[in-house]
Amino acid sequence: MATTSMEQAVAVNRKADEIRQDLLRSVFFTSKRYYILVFVLIAFGIPGLVAYAYQMWNGMGVAGITRPVFWGFYITNFVFWIGISHAGTLISAILRLVNATWRRAVTRCAEAITVFALAIGAQYPIIHLGRSWLFFWLVPYPSQRGIWPNFRSPLLWDFFAISTYLTGSLTFLLLPILPDWAMVRDRARGLRKRIYSVLSLGWRGTPREWHRLEMAMRIMAVVIIPVAVSVHTIVSWDFAMAPVPMWHSTVFGPYFVAGAIFSGIAALIIAMALIRKFLHLEEYLKPIHFDNLGKLLLVFSLLWIYFIFSERLTVWYGNQTSEMAAFWSIQRGRFAGLFWTMVFCNFVIPFPILAVKKLRTITGTVIAASTIVIGMWLERFLIVVPPLAHKYMPYDWGSYRPTWAEITITAGTLMGMILLYVLFAKFVPMVSIWELKGGSHAAPVAEPSEAAAAPAPASFDGTVPSAND
Amino acid sequence: MAHRWGMVIDADRCTGCEACVAACHAENNIATVGEAQAARGRAMHWIHVERYWEGEFPNVRVRYRPVPCQQCDAAPCEPVCPTYASYHNADGLNAQVYNRCIGTRYCANACPYTVRFFNWFNPVWEKPLNLQLNPDVSVREVGVMEKCTFCVQRIKSAEIKASMDKREIKDGEFNPACVQTCPTNAMVFGDLNDPNSAVSRLSASVRGTKLLAEVGTFPKVTYLERESSHGND
Repeated sequence: MATTSMEQAVAVNRKADEIRQDLLRSVFFTSKRYYILVFVLIAFGIPGLVAYAYQMWNGMGVAGITRPVFWGFYITNFVFWIGISHAGTLISAILRLVNATWRRAVTRCAEAITVFALAIGAQYPIIHLGRSWLFFWLVPYPSQRGIWPNFRSPLLWDFFAISTYLTGSLTFLLLPILPDWAMVRDRARGLRKRIYSVLSLGWRGTPREWHRLEMAMRIMAVVIIPVAVSVHTIVSWDFAMAPVPMWHSTVFGPYFVAGAIFSGIAALIIAMALIRKFLHLEEYLKPIHFDNLGKLLLVFSLLWIYFIFSERLTVWYGNQTSEMAAFWSIQRGRFAGLFWTMVFCNFVIPFPILAVKKLRTITGTVIAASTIVIGMWLERFLIVVPPLAHKYMPYDWGSYRPTWAEITITAGTLMGMILLYVLFAKFVPMVSIWELKGGSHAAPVAEPSEAAAAPAPASFDGTVPSAND
Repeated sequence: MAHRWGMVIDADRCTGCEACVAACHAENNIATVGEAQAARGRAMHWIHVERYWEGEFPNVRVRYRPVPCQQCDAAPCEPVCPTYASYHNADGLNAQVYNRCIGTRYCANACPYTVRFFNWFNPVWEKPLNLQLNPDVSVREVGVMEKCTFCVQRIKSAEIKASMDKREIKDGEFNPACVQTCPTNAMVFGDLNDPNSAVSRLSASVRGTKLLAEVGTFPKVTYLERESSHGND
């Protein structure tokens, strides 16, 4: 009995060392390729900033939006990025709550997407303002003007929803990073050590700290789920609250939330595949993760087709004059090409790939996820633009074509998103080390707190300062 | 007693001459955006004349419908504005406070009549056209919405005159520029709270309809037109 547990402990120790080395490698060593990537991202991102400055200087008219399509690419991108942000925190919170052990390797990649996609998405309501420099008038604060913002406006709800979600998901991301940053601190020297000492907030790895971390994560997981659901519901209400044909729909809340999670999982799969390849984490992000996420994606693909079917069917059957104009322009008019591309991207292509077990490989899920990300962007575009182009009065119908300004800013923010993610991957181990180690113990140790409470894990966590310095 | 300004537009009298559009431009300092921008749909006309064809060729009838802001009682543009730039004033007008506007353009999307206009660029009046600007109306800058005000500057000046004379405003004492200019008297303006005003009596006409009444915006503009024009809506 004693020998077996000894052997186990040794094995566990060796395993833990390997994990640590593999996952900390990216934090300590930076390849030339990394610098090139960062440089390229910045180089392609800067034109976006230039275009935005140009737009502010000259006026919103440099964008393609016009009357009656007052919203275009910017709001499409806003909804798209906020949708992508539902990848992380929501999924990781749900998986944490149901104790799905396979989540351990996935959560951090996912939560990081949430934070950065939100940060990028939240730029768009500001970019699209006619007077961007006055965006702070949306913020409720007692000012000399003596007016509060209008709390009846869905845009203000957006402000609260997004800032709450951003704060929550940032906390949700940062809390479990603390032990990992402490681990980096204990291995680093010089400036890096000083930086990580600050970042890790004096984490020592005492049982009490582990207990508190675990409690905090449990609370956050429960709190963040309704927040995430409400965020995209409120985003959908930006449209559903306005009496615009095809916007004014009761299905928009759940439809948007389902679509958001759908595009979020797709983005997560792509990000995971890239991390796996470039950080050489084949041992950690395994085919089983892609298989599981692929199944989840399959469910949401079905849910998406169900939502779009029920939305379209009720509009078509109701046959209201005002709605049919927008409806037919999407179904077989000017926007039909985009619509059917979207259906192909979101259902026809991914469904067989995700449904057949043999095809649900890493390559397969990445292909499905890529088409879904494109399809979901198109979906947002088709929600925003065609109804605005076909409001009630036929005399006022119009059209929309983006200009270089909108396209450059869109590309710029995509680069910005990737850049933030790439930089994050440099300063943080992309797979949560302590959680993974918690998972590698012989059963029944499954919970991080239990792992930490046991003497052995606490020591090889390396978080006792004297042991390492 | 508070006023409730309203308008009646007789579509059967309208000849589509667009004098109202020109008068509105002159009165309210509305910028002209130039040919290229107008072709992109960015022309600003606080009142515009919509032209609809009825019937199939050769039995065609043309109908004109001048559309200013309908000054809705339940205006969809108002609650959506995050900064109260679009708000309901005491006289029931949908006022637009240019200085509060940050340009979300949400009000323009929410408006079923598409009668809100956005300043895509800073307006330009080449010299000496700048000298013809109406000093009673503020010039709007880039990035803000603007819309028909029922010539609020004329309303205010009539109110001031009346209060100096210690009397009520008389019906027809003043009119917005479009009403004043209309050569066929197709438009009538006045106080809907005064049951004897011309606008009140005409609003009650059997020919009266509200534009897009089914949307539930309760407009203060009433259109007078023969029943036939609804057949092919």
